[in-house]
Amino acid sequence: MSPRGLFSVRALSCARGDKTLFAGLSFQLNAGEALHVRGPNGLGKTTLLRALCGLSRPIRGDIRWRGERVSDLAEEFTAEVAYVGHLNGIQGELTVLENLQTAARVFVRGKERMADVETALARVGLVASADRPARHLSQGQKRRLALARLLILRRPLWILDEPFTALDAASVEGLSSIIGEHMSAGGLALIVSHQAFDLPGIRDFELARFCKART
Amino acid sequence: MGEFSGFASVTRLIKFTHKYGAPKRFYLLAGRLVPWLAALTVILMLAGLYLGLYWAPPDYQQGDAYRIMFVHVPNAWMSMMAYMALAIFAAIGYIWNVRLADMLAKATAPLGASFTLTALVTGSLWGKPMWGTWWVWDARLTSELILFFLYVGYMALQASIDDPRRAAHASAILAIVGVVNIPIIHYSVYWWHTLHQPASLTLTNQPKIYMTMLVPLIVMSMAFMFFYLTMLLVRTRSEILVREQHTDWVRKLIKAGR
Amino acid sequence: MSGGLFYAMRAVFMRDLLVFWRRSTEVMTSLVFFVMVTTLFPLAVGPERHELMLIAPGVLWVAALLATTLSLNHLFASDYQDGSLEQLLMSPYPLSALVAAKIAAHWVLTGLPLALLSPLLAVQLALPTKAMGTLVLSLLLGTPILSLIGAVPAALTLGVRGGGVLVSLLVLPLYTPVLIFGAEAVAAAAGQGFASVAHLSLLGAFLALTLSFAPWASSAALRVSLD
Repeated sequence: MSPRGLFSVRALSCARGDKTLFAGLSFQLNAGEALHVRGPNGLGKTTLLRALCGLSRPIRGDIRWRGERVSDLAEEFTAEVAYVGHLNGIQGELTVLENLQTAARVFVRGKERMADVETALARVGLVASADRPARHLSQGQKRRLALARLLILRRPLWILDEPFTALDAASVEGLSSIIGEHMSAGGLALIVSHQAFDLPGIRDFELARFCKART
Repeated sequence: MGEFSGFASVTRLIKFTHKYGAPKRFYLLAGRLVPWLAALTVILMLAGLYLGLYWAPPDYQQGDAYRIMFVHVPNAWMSMMAYMALAIFAAIGYIWNVRLADMLAKATAPLGASFTLTALVTGSLWGKPMWGTWWVWDARLTSELILFFLYVGYMALQASIDDPRRAAHASAILAIVGVVNIPIIHYSVYWWHTLHQPASLTLTNQPKIYMTMLVPLIVMSMAFMFFYLTMLLVRTRSEILVREQHTDWVRKLIKAGR
Repeated sequence: MSGGLFYAMRAVFMRDLLVFWRRSTEVMTSLVFFVMVTTLFPLAVGPERHELMLIAPGVLWVAALLATTLSLNHLFASDYQDGSLEQLLMSPYPLSALVAAKIAAHWVLTGLPLALLSPLLAVQLALPTKAMGTLVLSLLLGTPILSLIGAVPAALTLGVRGGGVLVSLLVLPLYTPVLIFGAEAVAAAAGQGFASVAHLSLLGAFLALTLSFAPWASSAALRVSLD
């Protein structure tokens, strides 16, 4: 493992349109660590997460996974990331079960370990709705389905953008314990959330430090 | 992402160009070039018009009507060249993230479209005395029409996306797809045309180009080339001002009232 | 259960087939449009068999082209809105392969029915029977090309205002070669020109070219739209 950290970011700079959102952003994350990205709305937290996933192209900077540039690794890197964004990424016409089964087939490569779809459903409390079309679920249930994907994919790096949205208190606790287990098993996590949650060992990361004050 | 890692060494060369591709430097350099280019354009245009309208003798078959060729043909050539330039600028901007290249592409599009439109209109005007109709599905005119749609599509796509970077890159992909398709379009239109009008004489079939036709043609072509360069620099300069309005040097310019 | 690019592509293909099938109204739109155009033409032009026969290849092909253009908006739009397109970009498999599978599923439910239905509609337009085979073949070769080329503007206009009309404008110049080759093939078979084999093989070559270029271009376009 590289001495600079499993997941390291150096001098990252992102823009939206022609406006630079932040510059010179750096951090390191090792196995079992998690970062809580904080900052007011509109600062670029979502843009940061998307740049880290590879969905968005940063202007400048170095993102490295296991010491190698993410842009060189391409699909090898995406095979190690699980991203849950603002959108749930579930298809309304498919049932809950079909959504997860397809995710399993499309996102798990080769001999990767894969948890049982049934177990994942049980963990997020959606077994009873397994055969319902996903569009009939409530907002909270849809969010839980999106998060169930995390359990199936067994990826080391989790990048979560507002994962607790629409979840009730019990589900928030449930998700927190899932993330906690992931970290104990050596996983990494980057979380943006305006909601309070309890996760021992998570570090705060203020995005505002890297944004230039704009008149 | 990983697809472009092969360009690493070329990227170093491009980074050298970055220094001169910085919008501010280009703005100042272009500002000094524009008056010269504009002067050249006017001189060449006047010379070309004199040669074409006065110096060259009337044609045996077409009389004086053929003189519209001196506007039609250069515009048709420029419409093609401008599209090539657009595709190259756009590709550079997309692959290496060079903002100036994006701006040059965006500035080229309306110029190319007007060359195409002029070629279409003059082609139609030329056709009227020759064939008696305002529009003729001549192979080259049809290709020009399709090229016009390619330009309009490019500009429409740019206009409909708010984020300038996404707009530039999206239209870059469109331009690249267009450029690859152009040979295919030309071939298919040409073939379509010969299938349906095998024997008739078309605008593209000129019996022979005489020297007296060639000289004004070349002069006019150069005139339109310099016209393009002049207008390209002018338009790109205003594009720079718009897109860089947040920077200090532009704010100073605005305050100085220029 | 999993393993290999082929299984991932098949999973995307089957999933999209299922999704499009359950969202049947979208799929039916292009078919209904195709039927409408070919039915309305005789009403507008007159029942003269000789006249209809002359315009039949062109009308059939233009109708198929417009129907395909209509259906392009459904290729990526709802996946873009619900976030599943974004997730597809995070797949460990090459995006161009997965996009090719998506386009294939889309074609099976839009282009393929068009091609198979066309002889019935060609009868309305007095197309000679000897040209029917060429008609179906030209559409079987041509509609995948239309779907593949059309995927690029469809991907570029995601989430853009006026997207539907914009796609038609962007796609028009790129479709002209296919239209020319396709319509000429049918016209030739109906006895109006050269042998249609030349046209069909050109179509086939064009299909091969598009298959190698379009998925790559549309995945680049998708990445730009999701940036």
